[in-house]
Amino acid sequence: MSLLERAVIVPPPRRVALTEPAWVRRVVIGAGVVFLTLFVLVPLAAVLTAALSHGAAAYARSISDPAALRALKLTLIAAAIAVPLNLVFGVAASWAIARFRFRGRALLITLIDLPLAVSPVIAGMVFVLLFGSHGLLGPWLQDHGWRVIFALPGIVLATTFVTFPFVARELIPLMEAQGSEEEEAAMVLGASGWQMFVRITLPKIKWGLLYGVVLCTARAMGEFGAVSVVSGNVRGRTSTLPLHVEILYNEYEYQAAFAVASLLVLIGIASLLARRVIAARVDRSRQEAT
Amino acid sequence: MVRRSALPGFGLSMGYTLVYLSLIVLIPLATLAIKTAELSWGELWTLATSDRALASYRITFGASLIAATINVVFGTLLAWALVRYRFRGKGLIDAIVDMPFALPTAVSGLALTTVLAPTGWIGRFLEPLGITAVFSPLGITLALVFIGLPFVVRTVQPVLEELEPELEEAAAVLGATRWQTLGRVIFPALAPAILTGFALAFARAIGEYGSVVFIAGNKQYETEITPLLIMSRLEEYDYPGATALALVMLLVSFAMLLAINGLGAWTRRRAGHL
Repeated sequence: MSLLERAVIVPPPRRVALTEPAWVRRVVIGAGVVFLTLFVLVPLAAVLTAALSHGAAAYARSISDPAALRALKLTLIAAAIAVPLNLVFGVAASWAIARFRFRGRALLITLIDLPLAVSPVIAGMVFVLLFGSHGLLGPWLQDHGWRVIFALPGIVLATTFVTFPFVARELIPLMEAQGSEEEEAAMVLGASGWQMFVRITLPKIKWGLLYGVVLCTARAMGEFGAVSVVSGNVRGRTSTLPLHVEILYNEYEYQAAFAVASLLVLIGIASLLARRVIAARVDRSRQEAT
Repeated sequence: MVRRSALPGFGLSMGYTLVYLSLIVLIPLATLAIKTAELSWGELWTLATSDRALASYRITFGASLIAATINVVFGTLLAWALVRYRFRGKGLIDAIVDMPFALPTAVSGLALTTVLAPTGWIGRFLEPLGITAVFSPLGITLALVFIGLPFVVRTVQPVLEELEPELEEAAAVLGATRWQTLGRVIFPALAPAILTGFALAFARAIGEYGSVVFIAGNKQYETEITPLLIMSRLEEYDYPGATALALVMLLVSFAMLLAINGLGAWTRRRAGHL
Protein backbone atom coordinates (compact mmCIF):
# COMPACT_ATOMS: atom_id res chain seq x y z
CA MET A 1 0.00 0.00 0.00
CA SER A 2 1.53 3.28 -1.09
CA LEU A 3 1.76 6.24 1.14
CA LEU A 4 -0.77 8.05 -1.02
CA GLU A 5 -3.25 5.21 -0.80
CA ARG A 6 -2.85 5.08 2.89
CA ALA A 7 -3.57 8.78 3.14
CA VAL A 8 -6.68 8.54 0.98
CA ILE A 9 -8.24 5.50 2.58
CA VAL A 10 -9.51 7.17 5.67
CA PRO A 11 -10.63 4.68 8.29
CA PRO A 12 -14.37 4.94 8.93
CA PRO A 13 -15.00 7.19 11.93
CA ARG A 14 -15.32 5.24 15.13
CA ARG A 15 -18.98 5.12 16.15
CA VAL A 16 -19.43 7.38 19.10
CA ALA A 17 -21.40 5.48 21.75
CA LEU A 18 -24.32 7.61 22.91
CA THR A 19 -26.71 4.80 23.72
CA GLU A 20 -26.45 1.18 24.67
CA PRO A 21 -26.32 -1.70 22.18
CA ALA A 22 -29.74 -2.90 21.03
CA TRP A 23 -29.59 -6.08 23.12
CA VAL A 24 -28.92 -4.10 26.29
CA ARG A 25 -31.86 -1.83 25.54
CA ARG A 26 -34.08 -4.85 25.04
CA VAL A 27 -32.92 -6.49 28.28
CA VAL A 28 -33.49 -3.29 30.29
CA ILE A 29 -36.97 -2.69 28.87
CA GLY A 30 -37.81 -6.39 29.20
CA ALA A 31 -36.69 -6.56 32.83
CA GLY A 32 -38.74 -3.49 33.71
CA VAL A 33 -41.85 -4.73 31.95
CA VAL A 34 -41.64 -8.23 33.42
CA PHE A 35 -41.07 -6.81 36.91
CA LEU A 36 -44.13 -4.54 36.67
CA THR A 37 -46.26 -7.28 35.15
CA LEU A 38 -45.46 -9.79 37.89
CA PHE A 39 -45.74 -7.31 40.73
CA VAL A 40 -48.65 -5.13 39.64
CA LEU A 41 -50.66 -6.40 36.70
CA VAL A 42 -50.89 -10.08 37.62
CA PRO A 43 -52.02 -9.40 41.23
CA LEU A 44 -54.63 -6.88 40.03
CA ALA A 45 -55.94 -9.29 37.43
CA ALA A 46 -56.14 -11.95 40.15
CA VAL A 47 -58.28 -9.67 42.34
CA LEU A 48 -60.70 -8.92 39.51
CA THR A 49 -60.89 -12.60 38.50
CA ALA A 50 -61.57 -13.71 42.06
CA ALA A 51 -64.21 -11.00 42.42
CA LEU A 52 -66.08 -12.35 39.41
CA SER A 53 -65.36 -16.03 40.14
CA HIS A 54 -68.98 -16.74 41.16
CA GLY A 55 -70.49 -14.79 38.29
CA ALA A 56 -71.83 -11.30 37.83
CA ALA A 57 -74.89 -11.87 40.02
CA ALA A 58 -72.77 -12.88 43.02
CA TYR A 59 -70.55 -9.88 42.39
CA ALA A 60 -73.54 -7.53 42.37
CA ARG A 61 -74.86 -9.15 45.57
CA SER A 62 -71.50 -8.74 47.31
CA ILE A 63 -71.14 -5.05 46.59
CA SER A 64 -74.78 -4.24 47.36
CA ASP A 65 -74.69 -6.13 50.65
CA PRO A 66 -75.97 -3.81 53.44
CA ALA A 67 -72.71 -4.11 55.42
CA ALA A 68 -70.69 -3.22 52.33
CA LEU A 69 -72.93 -0.23 51.63
CA ARG A 70 -72.58 0.96 55.23
CA ALA A 71 -68.80 0.65 54.90
CA LEU A 72 -68.94 2.64 51.66
CA LYS A 73 -71.04 5.32 53.35
CA LEU A 74 -68.62 5.58 56.27
CA THR A 75 -65.67 5.80 53.86
CA LEU A 76 -67.35 8.63 51.97
CA ILE A 77 -68.24 10.49 55.18
CA ALA A 78 -64.68 10.25 56.49
CA ALA A 79 -63.27 11.50 53.18
CA ALA A 80 -65.91 14.25 52.94
CA ILE A 81 -64.75 15.66 56.29
CA ALA A 82 -61.00 15.04 56.07
CA VAL A 83 -60.45 16.32 52.52
CA PRO A 84 -62.06 19.81 52.93
CA LEU A 85 -60.25 20.28 56.25
CA ASN A 86 -56.89 19.52 54.67
CA LEU A 87 -57.79 21.57 51.60
CA VAL A 88 -58.36 24.74 53.65
CA PHE A 89 -55.20 24.03 55.62
CA GLY A 90 -53.23 23.44 52.41
CA VAL A 91 -54.24 26.80 50.98
CA ALA A 92 -53.48 28.66 54.22
CA ALA A 93 -50.14 26.93 54.74
CA SER A 94 -48.95 27.41 51.17
CA TRP A 95 -49.95 31.09 51.23
CA ALA A 96 -47.92 31.68 54.38
CA ILE A 97 -44.95 29.56 53.24
CA ALA A 98 -44.72 30.45 49.55
CA ARG A 99 -45.51 34.16 49.82
CA PHE A 100 -43.58 35.18 52.94
CA ARG A 101 -40.10 34.67 54.35
CA PHE A 102 -39.94 34.08 58.08
CA ARG A 103 -37.77 32.37 60.62
CA GLY A 104 -38.53 28.68 61.09
CA ARG A 105 -39.92 28.32 57.58
CA ALA A 106 -37.86 25.21 56.79
CA LEU A 107 -38.88 23.67 60.11
CA LEU A 108 -42.55 24.33 59.36
CA ILE A 109 -42.24 22.56 56.00
CA THR A 110 -40.63 19.55 57.71
CA LEU A 111 -43.39 19.46 60.34
CA ILE A 112 -46.06 19.46 57.62
CA ASP A 113 -44.35 16.43 56.07
CA LEU A 114 -44.26 14.63 59.40
CA PRO A 115 -47.43 12.53 58.95
CA LEU A 116 -45.85 10.97 55.85
CA ALA A 117 -42.89 9.77 57.89
CA VAL A 118 -44.98 8.26 60.66
CA SER A 119 -46.20 4.67 60.39
CA PRO A 120 -49.99 4.52 59.89
CA VAL A 121 -50.22 2.31 62.98
CA ILE A 122 -48.56 5.00 65.10
CA ALA A 123 -50.84 7.62 63.50
CA GLY A 124 -53.85 5.69 64.78
CA MET A 125 -52.19 4.84 68.06
CA VAL A 126 -51.64 8.46 69.17
CA PHE A 127 -55.40 9.04 69.00
CA VAL A 128 -56.01 5.92 71.09
CA LEU A 129 -53.50 7.22 73.65
CA LEU A 130 -55.32 10.54 73.66
CA PHE A 131 -58.99 9.57 73.47
CA GLY A 132 -59.10 5.83 74.26
CA SER A 133 -60.77 4.56 77.44
CA HIS A 134 -57.31 4.30 79.08
CA GLY A 135 -56.08 7.44 77.32
CA LEU A 136 -55.32 10.92 78.61
CA LEU A 137 -58.70 12.45 77.80
CA GLY A 138 -60.60 9.16 77.62
CA PRO A 139 -62.16 9.17 81.11
CA TRP A 140 -63.25 12.80 80.74
CA LEU A 141 -64.86 12.04 77.37
CA GLN A 142 -66.63 9.02 78.85
CA ASP A 143 -68.09 11.12 81.64
CA HIS A 144 -69.61 13.38 79.01
CA GLY A 145 -70.87 10.45 76.96
CA TRP A 146 -68.65 11.15 73.95
CA ARG A 147 -67.04 8.37 71.99
CA VAL A 148 -64.09 9.11 69.77
CA ILE A 149 -62.25 5.82 69.56
CA PHE A 150 -64.18 2.91 68.02
CA ALA A 151 -66.48 5.53 66.50
CA LEU A 152 -66.74 7.94 63.60
CA PRO A 153 -64.74 10.85 65.14
CA GLY A 154 -61.71 8.59 65.61
CA ILE A 155 -61.89 7.39 62.02
CA VAL A 156 -62.15 10.97 60.77
CA LEU A 157 -59.21 12.10 62.92
CA ALA A 158 -56.97 9.24 61.80
CA THR A 159 -57.90 9.84 58.16
CA THR A 160 -57.23 13.57 58.52
CA PHE A 161 -53.84 12.86 60.08
CA VAL A 162 -52.59 10.54 57.33
CA THR A 163 -53.83 12.78 54.49
CA PHE A 164 -52.69 15.99 56.22
CA PRO A 165 -49.78 17.04 53.92
CA PHE A 166 -51.13 16.19 50.47
CA VAL A 167 -52.70 19.52 49.39
CA ALA A 168 -50.03 21.68 51.04
CA ARG A 169 -47.18 19.69 49.46
CA GLU A 170 -48.72 20.18 46.03
CA LEU A 171 -49.38 23.92 46.44
CA ILE A 172 -46.17 25.14 48.08
CA PRO A 173 -43.83 24.40 45.13
CA LEU A 174 -46.45 25.51 42.60
CA MET A 175 -47.02 28.89 44.28
CA GLU A 176 -43.28 29.38 44.69
CA ALA A 177 -42.75 28.75 40.98
CA GLN A 178 -45.58 31.08 40.00
CA GLY A 179 -44.36 34.07 41.98
CA SER A 180 -46.54 36.83 43.38
CA GLU A 181 -46.38 39.64 40.79
CA GLU A 182 -50.05 39.40 39.84
CA GLU A 183 -51.19 39.41 43.45
CA GLU A 184 -49.03 42.42 44.21
CA ALA A 185 -50.39 44.22 41.15
CA ALA A 186 -53.95 43.51 42.30
CA MET A 187 -53.21 44.95 45.73
CA VAL A 188 -51.58 48.06 44.26
CA LEU A 189 -54.61 48.55 42.02
CA GLY A 190 -56.81 48.60 45.09
CA ALA A 191 -58.25 45.09 45.37
CA SER A 192 -59.22 43.86 48.80
CA GLY A 193 -57.40 40.82 50.13
CA TRP A 194 -60.40 38.62 49.50
CA GLN A 195 -60.86 39.92 45.92
CA MET A 196 -57.20 39.28 45.22
CA PHE A 197 -57.47 35.74 46.56
CA VAL A 198 -60.66 34.81 44.70
CA ARG A 199 -59.86 36.50 41.39
CA ILE A 200 -56.09 36.07 41.09
CA THR A 201 -54.70 33.40 43.38
CA LEU A 202 -57.44 30.81 43.18
CA PRO A 203 -57.54 30.68 39.34
CA LYS A 204 -53.73 30.43 39.31
CA ILE A 205 -53.57 27.48 41.66
CA LYS A 206 -56.81 25.68 40.85
CA TRP A 207 -55.23 22.75 38.96
CA GLY A 208 -52.61 22.21 41.62
CA LEU A 209 -55.37 22.37 44.20
CA LEU A 210 -57.40 19.77 42.34
CA TYR A 211 -54.36 17.49 42.03
CA GLY A 212 -53.81 17.66 45.76
CA VAL A 213 -57.49 16.95 46.40
CA VAL A 214 -57.37 13.86 44.18
CA LEU A 215 -54.31 12.51 46.03
CA CYS A 216 -55.90 13.33 49.38
CA THR A 217 -59.25 11.73 48.52
CA ALA A 218 -57.70 8.55 47.14
CA ARG A 219 -55.60 8.09 50.27
CA ALA A 220 -58.51 8.99 52.56
CA MET A 221 -60.71 6.32 50.99
CA GLY A 222 -57.98 3.70 50.97
CA GLU A 223 -56.34 4.21 54.37
CA PHE A 224 -56.12 0.99 56.32
CA GLY A 225 -53.53 0.91 59.11
CA ALA A 226 -54.42 4.11 60.96
CA VAL A 227 -58.16 3.56 60.67
CA SER A 228 -57.75 -0.06 61.70
CA VAL A 229 -56.28 1.02 65.05
CA VAL A 230 -59.02 3.50 65.95
CA SER A 231 -62.04 1.62 64.64
CA GLY A 232 -63.25 -1.23 66.75
CA ASN A 233 -63.81 -3.18 63.55
CA VAL A 234 -67.48 -3.49 64.39
CA ARG A 235 -68.81 -5.00 61.23
CA GLY A 236 -70.80 -2.49 59.20
CA ARG A 237 -70.74 0.07 62.00
CA THR A 238 -67.19 1.32 62.29
CA SER A 239 -65.60 -0.35 59.30
CA THR A 240 -64.61 1.56 56.19
CA LEU A 241 -64.28 -0.18 52.83
CA PRO A 242 -60.66 -1.35 53.33
CA LEU A 243 -61.53 -2.64 56.82
CA HIS A 244 -64.59 -4.39 55.44
CA VAL A 245 -62.35 -6.20 52.95
CA GLU A 246 -60.24 -7.47 55.84
CA ILE A 247 -63.27 -8.58 57.85
CA LEU A 248 -64.72 -10.53 54.91
CA TYR A 249 -61.34 -12.10 54.17
CA ASN A 250 -60.87 -13.22 57.78
CA GLU A 251 -64.37 -14.72 57.69
CA TYR A 252 -63.35 -16.75 54.62
CA GLU A 253 -65.87 -14.93 52.44
CA TYR A 254 -63.25 -14.64 49.74
CA GLN A 255 -65.41 -13.82 46.76
CA ALA A 256 -67.14 -11.00 48.67
CA ALA A 257 -63.79 -9.71 49.97
CA PHE A 258 -62.40 -9.55 46.44
CA ALA A 259 -65.58 -7.93 45.11
CA VAL A 260 -65.28 -5.08 47.64
CA ALA A 261 -61.52 -4.93 46.97
CA SER A 262 -62.24 -4.56 43.26
CA LEU A 263 -64.25 -1.41 44.05
CA LEU A 264 -61.17 0.00 45.74
CA VAL A 265 -59.05 -1.00 42.73
CA LEU A 266 -61.43 0.95 40.50
CA ILE A 267 -61.20 3.99 42.80
CA GLY A 268 -57.40 3.69 42.63
CA ILE A 269 -57.35 3.47 38.83
CA ALA A 270 -59.78 6.41 38.57
CA SER A 271 -57.54 8.52 40.81
CA LEU A 272 -54.52 7.58 38.70
CA LEU A 273 -56.26 8.63 35.48
CA ALA A 274 -57.47 11.88 37.05
CA ARG A 275 -53.95 12.62 38.26
CA ARG A 276 -52.47 12.17 34.79
CA VAL A 277 -55.03 14.48 33.19
CA ILE A 278 -54.64 17.13 35.90
CA ALA A 279 -50.83 16.90 36.02
CA ALA A 280 -50.62 18.18 32.45
CA ARG A 281 -52.73 21.20 33.43
CA VAL A 282 -50.59 21.84 36.51
CA ASP A 283 -47.46 21.86 34.33
CA ARG A 284 -49.10 24.36 32.00
CA SER A 285 -50.15 26.67 34.83
CA ARG A 286 -46.60 26.52 36.21
CA GLN A 287 -45.09 27.45 32.85
CA GLU A 288 -47.61 30.20 32.10
CA ALA A 289 -46.52 31.95 35.25
CA THR A 290 -42.80 31.88 34.50
CA MET B 1 -38.93 38.28 61.51
CA VAL B 2 -41.20 38.57 58.50
CA ARG B 3 -39.86 40.56 55.60
CA ARG B 4 -42.30 43.35 54.82
CA SER B 5 -44.48 42.34 51.98
CA ALA B 6 -47.12 44.06 49.90
CA LEU B 7 -49.34 41.01 50.29
CA PRO B 8 -51.95 40.60 53.00
CA GLY B 9 -52.98 37.63 55.05
CA PHE B 10 -49.75 36.51 56.67
CA GLY B 11 -51.15 36.62 60.19
CA LEU B 12 -54.37 34.85 59.29
CA SER B 13 -52.82 32.09 57.15
CA MET B 14 -49.91 31.53 59.52
CA GLY B 15 -52.13 31.48 62.58
CA TYR B 16 -54.52 29.01 61.01
CA THR B 17 -51.63 26.83 59.82
CA LEU B 18 -50.08 26.65 63.28
CA VAL B 19 -53.36 25.97 65.11
CA TYR B 20 -54.43 23.25 62.69
CA LEU B 21 -50.96 21.67 62.60
CA SER B 22 -50.94 21.57 66.40
CA LEU B 23 -54.42 20.11 66.71
CA ILE B 24 -54.11 17.37 64.10
CA VAL B 25 -50.41 16.46 64.23
CA LEU B 26 -48.32 17.98 67.01
CA ILE B 27 -50.56 17.51 70.05
CA PRO B 28 -51.46 13.90 69.15
CA LEU B 29 -47.78 13.09 68.60
CA ALA B 30 -46.90 14.84 71.87
CA THR B 31 -49.17 12.35 73.64
CA LEU B 32 -46.58 9.76 72.79
CA ALA B 33 -43.92 11.83 74.53
CA ILE B 34 -46.17 12.22 77.60
CA LYS B 35 -46.81 8.47 77.74
CA THR B 36 -43.08 7.86 77.37
CA ALA B 37 -42.32 10.25 80.23
CA GLU B 38 -44.48 8.09 82.50
CA LEU B 39 -41.97 5.28 82.08
CA SER B 40 -38.54 5.09 83.69
CA TRP B 41 -35.50 4.57 81.49
CA GLY B 42 -35.19 1.02 82.77
CA GLU B 43 -38.80 0.16 81.97
CA LEU B 44 -38.51 1.77 78.57
CA TRP B 45 -35.35 -0.19 77.78
CA THR B 46 -36.88 -3.48 78.92
CA LEU B 47 -40.04 -2.95 76.88
CA ALA B 48 -38.21 -1.80 73.77
CA THR B 49 -35.69 -4.64 73.85
CA SER B 50 -37.85 -7.63 74.77
CA ASP B 51 -37.07 -10.74 72.72
CA ARG B 52 -40.29 -10.37 70.78
CA ALA B 53 -39.54 -6.71 70.04
CA LEU B 54 -36.00 -7.49 68.90
CA ALA B 55 -37.27 -10.23 66.61
CA SER B 56 -39.80 -7.81 65.12
CA TYR B 57 -37.08 -5.18 64.48
CA ARG B 58 -34.96 -7.77 62.72
CA ILE B 59 -37.82 -8.71 60.42
CA THR B 60 -39.04 -5.15 59.82
CA PHE B 61 -35.67 -3.54 59.19
CA GLY B 62 -34.17 -6.56 57.42
CA ALA B 63 -37.04 -6.98 54.99
CA SER B 64 -37.23 -3.20 54.42
CA LEU B 65 -33.52 -3.04 53.64
CA ILE B 66 -33.68 -5.90 51.14
CA ALA B 67 -36.85 -4.53 49.55
CA ALA B 68 -35.42 -1.02 49.17
CA THR B 69 -32.28 -2.50 47.58
CA ILE B 70 -34.36 -4.47 45.06
CA ASN B 71 -36.28 -1.25 44.36
CA VAL B 72 -33.04 0.57 43.64
CA VAL B 73 -32.10 -1.99 40.96
CA PHE B 74 -35.46 -2.23 39.22
CA GLY B 75 -36.42 1.39 39.88
CA THR B 76 -33.27 2.71 38.23
CA LEU B 77 -33.69 0.31 35.29
CA LEU B 78 -37.30 1.42 34.83
CA ALA B 79 -36.48 5.11 35.11
CA TRP B 80 -33.70 4.61 32.57
CA ALA B 81 -35.96 2.79 30.13
CA LEU B 82 -38.73 5.38 30.53
CA VAL B 83 -36.46 8.38 29.95
CA ARG B 84 -33.95 7.05 27.42
CA TYR B 85 -35.69 4.46 25.29
CA ARG B 86 -38.69 4.50 23.01
CA PHE B 87 -40.88 1.46 23.02
CA ARG B 88 -44.48 0.51 22.59
CA GLY B 89 -46.64 0.79 25.70
CA LYS B 90 -44.29 3.27 27.34
CA GLY B 91 -47.13 5.55 28.47
CA LEU B 92 -48.91 2.60 30.05
CA ILE B 93 -45.75 1.43 31.86
CA ASP B 94 -45.24 4.95 33.15
CA ALA B 95 -48.79 4.97 34.53
CA ILE B 96 -48.49 1.50 36.09
CA VAL B 97 -45.46 2.63 38.09
CA ASP B 98 -47.82 4.77 40.20
CA MET B 99 -50.24 1.92 40.86
CA PRO B 100 -48.75 0.99 44.27
CA PHE B 101 -49.32 4.61 45.39
CA ALA B 102 -52.88 4.62 44.11
CA LEU B 103 -54.00 1.28 45.54
CA PRO B 104 -55.15 1.00 49.15
CA THR B 105 -52.53 -1.00 51.01
CA ALA B 106 -55.05 -3.60 52.15
CA VAL B 107 -55.93 -4.35 48.53
CA SER B 108 -52.26 -4.64 47.60
CA GLY B 109 -51.71 -7.09 50.44
CA LEU B 110 -54.74 -9.13 49.50
CA ALA B 111 -53.74 -9.21 45.81
CA LEU B 112 -50.15 -10.27 46.49
CA THR B 113 -51.23 -12.94 48.97
CA THR B 114 -53.62 -14.36 46.39
CA VAL B 115 -51.10 -14.69 43.57
CA LEU B 116 -48.24 -15.88 45.77
CA ALA B 117 -50.23 -18.51 47.72
CA PRO B 118 -49.29 -22.09 46.79
CA THR B 119 -52.44 -22.30 44.66
CA GLY B 120 -52.05 -18.79 43.23
CA TRP B 121 -51.04 -17.79 39.73
CA ILE B 122 -47.40 -17.22 40.65
CA GLY B 123 -47.14 -19.27 43.84
CA ARG B 124 -47.91 -22.54 42.04
CA PHE B 125 -44.68 -22.17 40.09
CA LEU B 126 -42.70 -21.36 43.22
CA GLU B 127 -43.95 -24.26 45.31
CA PRO B 128 -42.28 -27.06 43.29
CA LEU B 129 -39.03 -25.12 43.74
CA GLY B 130 -39.49 -25.27 47.50
CA ILE B 131 -40.10 -21.52 47.78
CA THR B 132 -42.82 -20.41 50.19
CA ALA B 133 -43.76 -16.87 49.35
CA VAL B 134 -46.63 -16.42 51.78
CA PHE B 135 -46.53 -16.44 55.58
CA SER B 136 -42.75 -16.09 55.36
CA PRO B 137 -40.14 -13.32 55.53
CA LEU B 138 -39.93 -13.62 51.74
CA GLY B 139 -43.60 -12.66 51.46
CA ILE B 140 -43.06 -9.61 53.69
CA THR B 141 -40.12 -8.55 51.53
CA LEU B 142 -42.13 -8.94 48.31
CA ALA B 143 -44.98 -6.83 49.72
CA LEU B 144 -42.48 -4.13 50.68
CA VAL B 145 -40.92 -4.25 47.20
CA PHE B 146 -44.39 -3.63 45.80
CA ILE B 147 -45.21 -0.59 47.92
CA GLY B 148 -41.71 0.92 47.54
CA LEU B 149 -41.57 0.54 43.77
CA PRO B 150 -42.59 4.07 42.73
CA PHE B 151 -40.16 5.91 45.01
CA VAL B 152 -36.90 5.17 43.19
CA VAL B 153 -38.44 5.54 39.73
CA ARG B 154 -40.02 8.88 40.57
CA THR B 155 -36.91 10.37 42.17
CA VAL B 156 -34.46 9.19 39.48
CA GLN B 157 -36.69 9.97 36.47
CA PRO B 158 -36.70 13.80 36.72
CA VAL B 159 -32.95 13.97 37.41
CA LEU B 160 -32.28 11.77 34.39
CA GLU B 161 -34.52 13.96 32.24
CA GLU B 162 -32.60 17.08 33.27
CA LEU B 163 -29.21 15.51 32.56
CA GLU B 164 -27.60 17.38 29.69
CA PRO B 165 -26.69 15.18 26.70
CA GLU B 166 -23.63 17.36 26.07
CA LEU B 167 -21.82 15.69 28.97
CA GLU B 168 -22.24 12.24 27.50
CA GLU B 169 -21.34 13.47 24.05
CA ALA B 170 -18.19 15.04 25.40
CA ALA B 171 -17.24 11.84 27.21
CA ALA B 172 -17.87 9.76 24.09
CA VAL B 173 -15.98 12.11 21.78
CA LEU B 174 -13.06 12.09 24.18
CA GLY B 175 -12.90 8.33 23.71
CA ALA B 176 -14.86 6.91 26.64
CA THR B 177 -16.65 3.64 26.02
CA ARG B 178 -20.36 3.56 26.83
CA TRP B 179 -19.65 1.72 30.07
CA GLN B 180 -17.10 4.29 31.12
CA THR B 181 -19.57 7.10 30.39
CA LEU B 182 -22.26 5.31 32.39
CA GLY B 183 -19.98 4.62 35.32
CA ARG B 184 -18.05 7.87 35.51
CA VAL B 185 -20.42 10.51 34.14
CA ILE B 186 -24.03 9.39 34.47
CA PHE B 187 -23.94 7.33 37.64
CA PRO B 188 -22.30 10.03 39.81
CA ALA B 189 -24.95 12.48 38.62
CA LEU B 190 -27.74 10.06 39.49
CA ALA B 191 -26.30 8.76 42.77
CA PRO B 192 -27.96 11.31 45.11
CA ALA B 193 -31.35 10.72 43.50
CA ILE B 194 -30.95 6.93 43.71
CA LEU B 195 -30.00 7.22 47.36
CA THR B 196 -32.99 9.49 48.05
CA GLY B 197 -35.27 6.96 46.38
CA PHE B 198 -33.74 4.21 48.51
CA ALA B 199 -34.27 6.24 51.69
CA LEU B 200 -37.88 7.03 50.78
CA ALA B 201 -38.66 3.40 49.96
CA PHE B 202 -36.98 2.23 53.18
CA ALA B 203 -38.77 4.83 55.32
CA ARG B 204 -42.11 3.83 53.84
CA ALA B 205 -41.36 0.12 54.24
CA ILE B 206 -40.52 0.18 57.95
CA GLY B 207 -43.89 1.71 58.84
CA GLU B 208 -45.92 -0.31 56.39
CA TYR B 209 -48.81 -2.29 57.79
CA GLY B 210 -51.71 -2.90 55.42
CA SER B 211 -49.94 -4.68 52.60
CA VAL B 212 -47.89 -6.84 54.97
CA VAL B 213 -50.46 -8.21 57.44
CA PHE B 214 -52.20 -10.37 54.86
CA ILE B 215 -49.07 -11.99 53.48
CA ALA B 216 -47.00 -12.21 56.67
CA GLY B 217 -48.94 -14.84 58.57
CA ASN B 218 -47.97 -12.88 61.70
CA LYS B 219 -46.23 -15.66 63.63
CA GLN B 220 -44.50 -14.34 66.73
CA TYR B 221 -40.70 -14.19 66.43
CA GLU B 222 -40.90 -15.27 62.79
CA THR B 223 -43.06 -13.02 60.65
CA GLU B 224 -44.29 -10.40 63.08
CA ILE B 225 -43.37 -6.88 61.95
CA THR B 226 -43.05 -4.09 64.51
CA PRO B 227 -46.22 -2.18 63.46
CA LEU B 228 -48.17 -5.40 63.97
CA LEU B 229 -46.61 -5.96 67.38
CA ILE B 230 -47.66 -2.41 68.33
CA MET B 231 -51.16 -3.29 67.17
CA SER B 232 -51.36 -6.39 69.37
CA ARG B 233 -49.96 -4.49 72.39
CA LEU B 234 -52.74 -1.92 71.89
CA GLU B 235 -55.36 -4.63 71.66
CA GLU B 236 -54.12 -5.98 75.01
CA TYR B 237 -54.35 -2.42 76.43
CA ASP B 238 -50.59 -2.69 77.04
CA TYR B 239 -50.06 1.03 76.37
CA PRO B 240 -46.53 1.21 77.86
CA GLY B 241 -45.41 -1.67 75.62
CA ALA B 242 -46.95 -0.05 72.54
CA THR B 243 -45.44 3.32 73.46
CA ALA B 244 -41.91 1.97 73.80
CA LEU B 245 -42.10 0.28 70.39
CA ALA B 246 -43.65 3.33 68.76
CA LEU B 247 -40.87 5.47 70.16
CA VAL B 248 -38.21 3.29 68.54
CA MET B 249 -40.07 3.42 65.22
CA LEU B 250 -40.54 7.19 65.44
CA LEU B 251 -36.88 7.83 66.16
CA VAL B 252 -35.88 5.81 63.11
CA SER B 253 -38.53 7.58 61.01
CA PHE B 254 -37.30 11.03 62.09
CA ALA B 255 -33.72 10.05 61.31
CA MET B 256 -34.87 8.94 57.86
CA LEU B 257 -36.78 12.21 57.35
CA LEU B 258 -33.67 14.23 58.18
CA ALA B 259 -31.54 12.03 55.93
CA ILE B 260 -34.02 12.47 53.07
CA ASN B 261 -34.05 16.26 53.49
CA GLY B 262 -30.25 16.29 53.50
CA LEU B 263 -30.14 14.07 50.42
CA GLY B 264 -32.59 16.40 48.68
CA ALA B 265 -30.24 19.32 49.24
CA TRP B 266 -27.34 17.22 47.92
CA THR B 267 -29.36 16.27 44.81
CA ARG B 268 -30.09 19.93 44.08
CA ARG B 269 -26.44 20.90 44.60
CA ARG B 270 -25.27 18.11 42.31
CA ALA B 271 -27.76 19.13 39.65
CA GLY B 272 -26.66 22.76 40.01
CA HIS B 273 -23.04 21.87 39.40
CA LEU B 274 -23.80 20.06 36.18
